[in-house]
Amino acid sequence: MKQRDLISSVESALGQLRLDRRSFLKITGVAGGGFVIASVCPTALAAVSAASEDADEALVVTSELNAFIKVSSDGKITIYSANAEMGQGIKTALPMIIAEELGARWEDVEVLQSPVDESRFGRQGAGGSTTIPRTWNQMRRMGASAREMFISAGALVMEVSREELKTADSKVTHGSGRYMTFGQLATLAAKQEVPDPDTLTFKDREDYTIIGTSISGVDNLAITTGLALFGIDTRVPDMLYAAYHKCPAIGGRVNGANLDEIRTMPGVVDAFLVKGNGNVRELLDGVAIVGTTTYAVFNAKKNLEVDWDESQASKDSWTEIVSRARSLAGSRGPDEVVDKGDVEKVFADPDNTTLEAFYEYPFVAHLCMEPMNCTAHYRQGRAGEKDTLELWVPSQSPTRIHAAARSMFGLKPDQITLHQMRLGGSFGRRTSSEYICEAIEISKRVNAPVKLTWTREDDIHHDFFRVGGFQSVKGAVNSEGRLIAFEDHFIGMQTGGRAVSGSRFRATEFPIENIDNAYASKTMFDISTPCGPWRAPGSNTSAFVSQSFLAEMAHAAGRDYLEFLLEIVGEPRWFQEGNIRSLNTGRAADVIRLAAEKAGWGREMPNGSGLGLAFYFCHAAHIAEVAEVSVDADKKLTVHKVTVAVDVGPIINMSGALSQVEGAVIDGLSTMMAQKITMENGRIEQSNFHDYQVLRIPDSPRVDIHFIQSDFSPTGLGEPALPPLAPAVGNAIFAATGHRVRKMPLSEEGYTI
Amino acid sequence: MSEFRINVNGEDHEIDVEADMPLLWVLRDVLGLIGTKFGCGIALCGACTVHVDDVPMRSCSVRVADVVGQSIRTIEGLAENTHLHPLQQAWIEHDVAQCGYCQSGQIMSAAALLARNPNPTDADIDAAMVGNYCRCGTYNRIRKAIHGAAGLMTAQYVNAAEVNA
Ligand code: FES
Ligand code: FES
Repeated sequence: MKQRDLISSVESALGQLRLDRRSFLKITGVAGGGFVIASVCPTALAAVSAASEDADEALVVTSELNAFIKVSSDGKITIYSANAEMGQGIKTALPMIIAEELGARWEDVEVLQSPVDESRFGRQGAGGSTTIPRTWNQMRRMGASAREMFISAGALVMEVSREELKTADSKVTHGSGRYMTFGQLATLAAKQEVPDPDTLTFKDREDYTIIGTSISGVDNLAITTGLALFGIDTRVPDMLYAAYHKCPAIGGRVNGANLDEIRTMPGVVDAFLVKGNGNVRELLDGVAIVGTTTYAVFNAKKNLEVDWDESQASKDSWTEIVSRARSLAGSRGPDEVVDKGDVEKVFADPDNTTLEAFYEYPFVAHLCMEPMNCTAHYRQGRAGEKDTLELWVPSQSPTRIHAAARSMFGLKPDQITLHQMRLGGSFGRRTSSEYICEAIEISKRVNAPVKLTWTREDDIHHDFFRVGGFQSVKGAVNSEGRLIAFEDHFIGMQTGGRAVSGSRFRATEFPIENIDNAYASKTMFDISTPCGPWRAPGSNTSAFVSQSFLAEMAHAAGRDYLEFLLEIVGEPRWFQEGNIRSLNTGRAADVIRLAAEKAGWGREMPNGSGLGLAFYFCHAAHIAEVAEVSVDADKKLTVHKVTVAVDVGPIINMSGALSQVEGAVIDGLSTMMAQKITMENGRIEQSNFHDYQVLRIPDSPRVDIHFIQSDFSPTGLGEPALPPLAPAVGNAIFAATGHRVRKMPLSEEGYTI
Repeated sequence: MSEFRINVNGEDHEIDVEADMPLLWVLRDVLGLIGTKFGCGIALCGACTVHVDDVPMRSCSVRVADVVGQSIRTIEGLAENTHLHPLQQAWIEHDVAQCGYCQSGQIMSAAALLARNPNPTDADIDAAMVGNYCRCGTYNRIRKAIHGAAGLMTAQYVNAAEVNA
């Protein structure tokens, strides 16, 4: 597109945008191919407002092909995106799959966030990098089903047989070149019989025109012009603002507070104590402050004096946890997880070289840029009517609120309207319901719509943290330098007798499946600090341990890590044939070789510089990374480049996939550098960006990404590129300096970036 | 409460608020301009960046009483009339956003940079953008988009020169 066309299309889009800021916006195309922006009214609204608009508009009829697809007579195709968008890109990627199978032209497509209704849209949660694999066939079926209905309609109108027709570019085309547009056929197509899902066939990969291309995110115009999208942007008539203050020692009960004083503060409408149900994922005790602005309630919150009963509150101490764990170095735990072959015999053989090491990693926070928030409107039913609840909620799993709403507020799903809002980051954080329950409780108490916003301090103190832990590892290589035994004592955390999220040791942890002698045991410490999923739970710490330690073993054997690792990976085989969650050593070896080749593995490096390699398999993704670093005499680390090779099957949105990998690499480095949450006497010691640091732009490495687009079905990419980063950097630091990193974050060992 | 008159995106607004209320909350809660985001409240993350008399400021840490008589520009007012700012175009073209939450602050910091330095080097970008965190790690695309916007601006100047000639 020429510069001038580009600008004029942008201008017209913005012109409409100014007229009606609630217009729905769409953008197509991405770097290289130019882009088009159009502002479109949702078709339903267009039809309603048609009487007063241009006469042509009155003729627009919209037909529903299925829950996900509507087509208007003017050719507009509306595709619903049903899952939570938190930056992982599915609001663009899933509609691309539908559009592909349908035979739509992407320029005709507008994407809308669907209502929350699992009876229509299927499961609407997102997380665990599962959305793409879980919905791949569902999205293809939606697109293919509508395509077949268009073909049936085309066959009727053009009086030809269905076999002679195909769809492309939002048209049904006959072999002769005759065609009818989707817009022309929409009404008739919607009346055709819905095909039996089992009869549907899908396009061959070679025929894709949308899947695999780069499409700019469907919300980008709204994001770059400051339109309301996020939960925190919600504004409803007569809305009040709220803050909620909980005990800094997690689980403390509230006895009282200086409420009278707080109520007199400017802009404060009310302040009251809330008695929770003791469930950290639902409602803990606290003090609610309601006011006319966020500032009013945040300001009043600073002046709160609360009398807490901490008898049942968390007493967790990171210092104590660390010293207890360190005393277990070199031992075995009480619970056996893996016992394979005979590690004792291997370790006892004097011909073998044995190595032991102790690895540590801290708790970390999610620190989503958008703090936790929720807008709730609890309406008391009048005269015999039922109460109702409306929620504007940025949640990864919005319907999870149903259980708490029923048990705490006696509300059934049919009394609740949920609006899924865009999430300003989540990384596993927004899977719990406490910030939603707090908003509901406050709205109910003040009988008004309320937007609850957490301060950043609340957001850090009351996170569900990535759990910290320790692993005492041991390994042996034989006289040929081959890895022949691996042992791991996993020291994890549990609450109420159950391992917390991210603190489960997997019996399939690499390299246990790949070698003959392996032993793993665990010790679990009881904690009260809430933990939850955090981008690649478990894997984000286990990869650091296993891939660093295996590189230590390679060094002990006097071998190059690439060659040593490929030997462990071994011959191509799939441990559980057909199960994408099981390691496929052929795919593993391919990504390892590719990352090494692209990074120039083995080349001579200047003094103080080094390359580090790591591989990890999780979330059905085989990923290898090579970090190139230099370290100066003051331990200042520079990560120059990270080369990544990924096999997650075919890529849906190339632009989005590259973003996910790059984001995961930067997140991994950020976390590894300086992030650490500590607690003493149950209180979290960090509170905001000054004592919990995130990587900044000058320290962001170049990321060079290569996809192996294998024929396996596509899997998710939100998480799995993160785990290999830490060991790749640790191994590179070793190559550069001879210093082995066994503890995260690196700042603990004197490194800066 | 006190009455203030502030100018935001070229429009005057009469507001009745606490003198200490940070500009961020005046924008978001009083004027409904929610494009400016809250991230930390202590001038550390950059999500709330706006221009005050063309200087990028952290609106969470600027009292409303201190900006009376100055001209405030927010993300909503970055486009001129119907022209998207080249940065907004470049942000879309390079598909910068992941979650998108930090991006209005990023764009406002970048806009202040380009206004005083139409052709920034990587080091200039680092210096201007170091105070804007992106939790999703979009930094490399931010850098590309700033370079891209700088190119777009040059191209537009060339176009304008052609038209004028
Ligand atoms: S909210 Fe102002 S800098 Fe973070
Ligand atoms: S895009 Fe998510 S914080 Fe920057």
